[in-house]
Amino acid sequence: MLAEFFFLLRKAGLKVSITEYLTLLEALRLHVASVSVDEFYFLARASLIKDEALFDRFDQVFAAHFKGIEQLFQAFTAQVPEEWLKRQAQLLLSDEERAKIEALGGFDALMEALQERLREQDGEHHGGNKWIGTGGTSPFGHSGFNPEGVRIGGKGGNRRAVKVWEKREYRNLDDSVQIGTRNIKLALRKLRRFAREGAADQLDLPGTIDSTARNAGLLDIRMQPERHNAIKVLLFFDIGGSMDDHVRVCEEMFSAARAEFKHLRYFYFHNFIYESVWKDNRRRHAERIPLAEIMRKYGPDYRVILVGDATMSPYEITYPGGSVEHWNDEPGQVWLNRLLRHYPHAVWLNPEPEQRWNYTPSVQITRELMGERMYALTLRGLDEGIRGLKRAVPVAPLSVGVD
Amino acid sequence: MSTARFEGTERYVATEDLMMAVNAGITLGRPVLIKGEPGTGKTQLAEEVAKALQRPLLEWHIKSTTKAQQGLYEYDAVARLRDSQLGDDRVKDIANYIRRGSLWEAFDSQVQPVLLIDEIDKADIEFPNDLLRELDRMEFSVYETGETVRARHRPIIIITSNNEKELPDAFLRRCFFHYIRFPDADTMRSIVDVHYPGLKQTLLSEALKAFYDIREVPGLKKKPSTSELLDWIKLLLAEDISPEALRASDKNAIPPLYGALLKNEQDVHLFEQLVFMHRRNAR
Repeated sequence: MLAEFFFLLRKAGLKVSITEYLTLLEALRLHVASVSVDEFYFLARASLIKDEALFDRFDQVFAAHFKGIEQLFQAFTAQVPEEWLKRQAQLLLSDEERAKIEALGGFDALMEALQERLREQDGEHHGGNKWIGTGGTSPFGHSGFNPEGVRIGGKGGNRRAVKVWEKREYRNLDDSVQIGTRNIKLALRKLRRFAREGAADQLDLPGTIDSTARNAGLLDIRMQPERHNAIKVLLFFDIGGSMDDHVRVCEEMFSAARAEFKHLRYFYFHNFIYESVWKDNRRRHAERIPLAEIMRKYGPDYRVILVGDATMSPYEITYPGGSVEHWNDEPGQVWLNRLLRHYPHAVWLNPEPEQRWNYTPSVQITRELMGERMYALTLRGLDEGIRGLKRAVPVAPLSVGVD
Repeated sequence: MSTARFEGTERYVATEDLMMAVNAGITLGRPVLIKGEPGTGKTQLAEEVAKALQRPLLEWHIKSTTKAQQGLYEYDAVARLRDSQLGDDRVKDIANYIRRGSLWEAFDSQVQPVLLIDEIDKADIEFPNDLLRELDRMEFSVYETGETVRARHRPIIIITSNNEKELPDAFLRRCFFHYIRFPDADTMRSIVDVHYPGLKQTLLSEALKAFYDIREVPGLKKKPSTSELLDWIKLLLAEDISPEALRASDKNAIPPLYGALLKNEQDVHLFEQLVFMHRRNAR
């Protein structure tokens, strides 16, 4: 029975190793847990799962396996057994509400829509009016306001005794798709390049021993500078307009980058890079910094990260005067091209979901201008982006525009 | 292997799952990894386990510059070099210049000790990997003297992490894991109870209410945690604030002495703004 449970866990995407499984068995043999299933649950969790973000998934597998019920949600396909939903919904809906559902095209239609959405939805969601989660007015989820709503998971107000794993208390911690400051830092860390620069204030032990030996045993102390992360980064953030939806992820990206890089300069732009950017968003019209000055001041050894959704009218990129904010003499693409030619290490991070890129011409143009170095602002995208940032890509001058 | 069991102490409220993780670690002689929000009593746990089981506590606080080797031993080459220049006799025996680390001390202890490895995530990403063999076999060898140090008793190892870095899988596989969740109101009540016995019930419930209200404020950079709540209650007691004053506060005023709960100026600012808006709406 336990072996089966073990394989179920692995099937649910929890990387439980044989060592951990054996540890659990040994602990059981030594009577760490008594016969109570609660204690067994705690013991199994402590020995098998090593990340609180995975507790929720573990709870689901545990509940499913030890109640002998089919898996309710499969982490990957997110397909819900219809029977279960029907039963669940019928338990929860009043006759009147069920009549309303009939009016909406019947239960089957609702279920179909639900399964569709479960497939589409790729994260946790609370509030709002479409996705499944808690609160909100979508017909799916729980604690919501839609009368034809289908309750998913939550047990709500009827205070019945619920088993620990059924409480799903760790749901909020499941970060399988979310991006957080810590994850970003971890990804950015891959960009590290250590070098010894600056004042020599550390004892160089091997050097001292070596030179003392050469010195016929007379002590000859050698010092060396401390190791620092020598990577230099220029960050350009798109701000305002369509970027408002992505403020949170950008803030996190920014704070992570600030903590991670000692040599970090950041600038803002709106929609696209033109002849100037700014540092203080409140005084964006008064205090602009010409892009030419940035390129003069910061050498080509800087890595450039542009963060923006690149979602705009294509004219804003390709035509002079295309900017929505001011009159630009030269089209944005000329400026981006100049920037890229000066900085061979550059990537564009796009917070828009990748599957939407193909439907936005401006994203495709930008991507082409970047030499395909556009990555999604998700953990995987960031990882790939950091790898992209490591190699220099020479960019040819544009045929349009004067240079 | 040991049969000692940890059941919490009179100063430390341990939840059932926490006790299970600790006891599993004690019984199997494996490290217990504790994660959780700052201020939920991770470091405290080791002290309380040591106290409850009456074992000596050895602490190893990790910093960003800490190397795994420092927990085993350090060879003080500079001291030896200096002694050789001065013609000191000690210089002939290299063992004089081996400085023991906390892990060595723990291995060498006559009774089974509790070893706290605090904030392991502060160290370099490779740090836990460098300790794998030592924690697994509970032995290491001293290169300079050729000596092998073996644990007399497998120490009870408690490792805390603030989640600043992800720990390597190979390391995690060898640990029991527990995540200290933020306590719910009932657990919080018993925690406050063991710290301030005889606290007026009304004051406690009002304080807890105000506390959870503040935790609910959206967008706080650092939510107040258990240790901050305890500090705050201490202050409330010291200033002799009445429960009524607290109750008045949760509607449209700032709770007294909120500086103990909110620790940075952005949060205080945000909080004051929210209270201001709330007051304006109430009018």
